[in-house]
Amino acid sequence: MLIGRFTERPYQDPSSGYFGATGRSIQDLSISNGEYDPQLGSELYNRYLDEQVAAEEAGFDAIMLNEHHSTPFCMGGTVNTEAAILARITDKVKIVINGNVLPIWDDPLWLAEELATIDMISKGRLVTGWVRGTGRESVAHNAPPPFNWERFQEAHDFIIKAWTTPGPFRWEGEHYDFRYVNPWMRPYQNPHPQIMIPGVVSKNTVKWSAEHRYPYLMLATRLEPTKASFDYYREVAHQSGYEAGPQHLGYLFKVHVDETEELAYETGKKFLDGPGNIFLEGSRGTASPVLQNLPGLTDRKNLLPTGEVGFVAASRGRNAADVARDNNANKPDPRNVRGAQTQATLADYDTQLENYTIISGTPKTVLPKIRHVLETLRPGTIFFWDGDGAMTHDDSMRSLRLMGSDVIPAVKEMAKELDLPGSFEIDTKTNEPYNPAPAIAEVAGGGA
Amino acid sequence: MAIDTSNEPKSRVVNIAGLDINIREAGSGKPLVILHRSTGYLQWDNFATKLSDSFHVIYPDLPGFGNSERPDWAREARDLSIVLIELLNVLDLKDVTLVGLGLGGFIATELATMNQERLNNIVLISPAGLKPDEGEILDQMLIEHSEYIRQGLVDSSHFENFFGEEIHPDILDIWEFSRIMTARISWSPYMFNRRLPHLLNIIKVPTLVIFGNSDNVIPYTVGQQFIDSLPDGQLEIIDGAGHLVEWEKPEEISTLIHEHSR
Repeated sequence: MLIGRFTERPYQDPSSGYFGATGRSIQDLSISNGEYDPQLGSELYNRYLDEQVAAEEAGFDAIMLNEHHSTPFCMGGTVNTEAAILARITDKVKIVINGNVLPIWDDPLWLAEELATIDMISKGRLVTGWVRGTGRESVAHNAPPPFNWERFQEAHDFIIKAWTTPGPFRWEGEHYDFRYVNPWMRPYQNPHPQIMIPGVVSKNTVKWSAEHRYPYLMLATRLEPTKASFDYYREVAHQSGYEAGPQHLGYLFKVHVDETEELAYETGKKFLDGPGNIFLEGSRGTASPVLQNLPGLTDRKNLLPTGEVGFVAASRGRNAADVARDNNANKPDPRNVRGAQTQATLADYDTQLENYTIISGTPKTVLPKIRHVLETLRPGTIFFWDGDGAMTHDDSMRSLRLMGSDVIPAVKEMAKELDLPGSFEIDTKTNEPYNPAPAIAEVAGGGA
Repeated sequence: MAIDTSNEPKSRVVNIAGLDINIREAGSGKPLVILHRSTGYLQWDNFATKLSDSFHVIYPDLPGFGNSERPDWAREARDLSIVLIELLNVLDLKDVTLVGLGLGGFIATELATMNQERLNNIVLISPAGLKPDEGEILDQMLIEHSEYIRQGLVDSSHFENFFGEEIHPDILDIWEFSRIMTARISWSPYMFNRRLPHLLNIIKVPTLVIFGNSDNVIPYTVGQQFIDSLPDGQLEIIDGAGHLVEWEKPEEISTLIHEHSR
């Protein structure tokens, strides 16, 4: 099993009004960056980098970064910059970018160059994930939503070719043209870094991932619909002529550990405070249905079972009843809903603790819950989402220490017992034990 | 409220450049072709009815809108104009009055810069196509579509009277479908072509540009920008009218079209 840690790196500004949920509404693209304080930004970027290093020291196999734009809930607008720094200041952990928003790159060659650079500096520790992004990302970088899925696929094909085919070559696709592809860098790993595809709700993406035999990571969705979505991956895998195993499946979920149950309960509550991801469950912000429903961005009819959970549907400009309606009964059309849709309230915290959307406790109480998640979903890759919302550096560090001493070793044992190999134990392309080709640098006698 | 089909005229499908294009026709007289707005064709309204009293009105679904097949290859308004030039050829229309509404006005203008042989005159009603010298074009991509349409009206009761409290799913489908095609051809730059102003002096046929001076979608001063470059342009500013001026003032607009088409 691959065990990683994740935080959105929220822009925590105690004077903002939304931090600590003091009542100010936070909505997609509704906050001017006139309020942005670079001094605070500087402190937070450095704090989060320190915590990522501490995660490596605690024994995590991986640290995961993500990318969003024009929003306070995630400071990873230039995630490759963070990844490049981590490549240099860490030694062992996989650096997982989940993920770069492919369709918003007008020049994916530049992305191929950045990622290859990160892979070399890290000596082959990059895991690269690619996403289609939400409406927020398309708007922020002005990428045409109707061509989002086409651009995702073409940029992927192009980057893989740029990494694996000696140049120069010419690329003339539907959305990208390059007259001279010959980047003066190549990925350290051979043939290229492992690719992991994260997602929440799009069926297309799961199908495409399964067809490419890429590990698919569900992002903090509820257990039962996640299980059903994993079944869909397995179904596509079967149709594609192979059997999907734990190595193909990953799951991100909120886990915080603390010194006492009381402290864990109070600190876990902070997941809901601060500028949380209004795209996923447990945030107290509001999603703008307009932005999540840009013309042609996603196929409204082709959603995973996770889309039937209210917050996910709302974040896509739909309501859960409507997603269910596509299979079931007749309900009012969600497009008649005007204005923002309200997300979680503090009252939902206990519910989230009950339904495993948030796991917070001492190692003793957290471990059986993690076991339940592993038994239910059987993923080979997991990420603990921690240190988010309104959590302080101290909150994060207490959790990291206990993760290192009590949680990670125990979860590793569980994974062995439950036979949950990760994508670095069983090769997702062959279902054989993972045995990558030697890095090009090593074959050449240089590098590592 | 559902779409009212009681006045709906005959429609037929014409294959143009490999695309099935849906057209509606009514009335007799000189041909008049209407190019609809980015919101798509909804129904045969008062405006179309008044025009069909004295014109042979041809009202197509623009390529990629309504029941017309989507040209997957189209990337800008001009691509639709090329298809429409061929539509005029295939229908063998002569002395056409070409009426363009909003995005349809943009497409009509692009069309005329490329081929005006079949045109008698052009009427552009709150047309897109030019980058406003002052102000900005309201971005429909960042607001709810019902709100976008409300912004086009001076009297918001027209919205409720037409659509009712709960907007019919068929209309929501048309809006959504229209928005996708609009985004495919006009996501960026939004609703204008930087090259177009340099080509307006090609258009020799008389062109009437109509704007309401309460237009919240396109600054009405864009009308003067058209006139400044059109060799035979005429500007009508309707006092107190909004963007959807043909909806709120169908008689006044159809009278202007009649006068201009003589």
